[in-house]
Amino acid sequence: MTDTKEVTRVQELIYEMKVGQVMAKDVIAVSVDSRMSDLRNLLRDERISGVPVVDGNQLVGLISIEDFIKYLADVNPDCPVAERMSRDVKTLYDTDPLIHAVEEFERYDYGRFPVLDRQTGELVGIITKGDIVRGLLNKMEIDYHERETHRRHTNHTFEEIIADKAIFIFQYDIIGSDFDRAGETSSKLKRALGRLGIPPDILRRVAIAAYEAEMNVVIFTDGGKLTTHVTSKEITVELRDSGPGIEDIEKAMQPGFSTAPDWVRELGFGAGMGLCNIKRCADNMYLESTLSVGTNLKFTVNLQ
Amino acid sequence: MTLAQIVKILDGDFLSSRDHRQKQVHTGCGCDLMSDVLAFIKPNALLLTGLTNAQVIRTAEMADVKAICFVRGKKPGGEVIALADEKDIALLATSLPLFEACGRLYREGLAGCSEYEG
Repeated sequence: MTDTKEVTRVQELIYEMKVGQVMAKDVIAVSVDSRMSDLRNLLRDERISGVPVVDGNQLVGLISIEDFIKYLADVNPDCPVAERMSRDVKTLYDTDPLIHAVEEFERYDYGRFPVLDRQTGELVGIITKGDIVRGLLNKMEIDYHERETHRRHTNHTFEEIIADKAIFIFQYDIIGSDFDRAGETSSKLKRALGRLGIPPDILRRVAIAAYEAEMNVVIFTDGGKLTTHVTSKEITVELRDSGPGIEDIEKAMQPGFSTAPDWVRELGFGAGMGLCNIKRCADNMYLESTLSVGTNLKFTVNLQ
Repeated sequence: MTLAQIVKILDGDFLSSRDHRQKQVHTGCGCDLMSDVLAFIKPNALLLTGLTNAQVIRTAEMADVKAICFVRGKKPGGEVIALADEKDIALLATSLPLFEACGRLYREGLAGCSEYEG
């Protein structure tokens, strides 16, 4: 991980993340009718330097430690906070991107901004520069852990097995002509491979290709078998059926060529894109078919 | 864009039993042809479609689609909704036609799948 890469990630996050994600949500606020003597205890006990003033859930002002010192210096008698608070409060919305908060901190020399709900205008949080830094660091740590867990998980699965070569095999039966259950096999396969710790982008490619292949078996045959081999280098998926076979493989590979019946098209498939999709997702694809004997489709996605 | 914002823009509703309002999508794709969806959609996108069968959910599951919005007032059956809940895919519905639903979201800044690099 290089420095420049991390900097770009922070730049990305600062645009992606919202004020609401990093702000402190349990805001300590004082009611507009509380008194300056109450405020002293609050500032001391909570060790905070500024408090939003609310009327119900609506923000009406902000009272800072400076306001409080000024009040002490003026040797005023106890009075409602409303008399000493600043009424012209700069606020942010929870849905503002972090970049906006950063700009506001740069523009005004404030230590904190109260955060309002954009829809209701109610006070929902408070944000400091510290919250922004913490939020960014947390998010980067989560990202990093997710990547690491995936990496370690896949490596572990294979490292834990002592063998010159380890191969996992998953086998599934595909039920033909049952359109409601079509996709179940690919769903199971995706989950099984996910458990092995296959990274999400590769998992997605295998799942899409397997699903297209499964749809072909469901649409055109009475059923078949899907077998997957996983090694530390690649995932191979093979579908065998004893259906009618493909008359002209070259034609079948052309985008848009289809022999699917209308009812299949009405369900959103059968547009002659299936085999093209499989080819696009896979690093290698092999298709063999004999009329009235069956079809064997095999594709590979590299793990390294 | 959050799904809550999307529902508002489309004058739509949530169909899922879970709360998906704060989920974010970066791109949208309007399509009734599932093979095209599988070929072109980006992960974590919103799919807008007029199809309401279980294969739409399966397609979303395989392609890591985060949310599906059914257009022109169509609503799927309970089994389809249950399948989406199981796969944690958010379901929305709007009475707008596909073109208008896509148009409104695009106008409000939701990117198309060919425009989004991420």
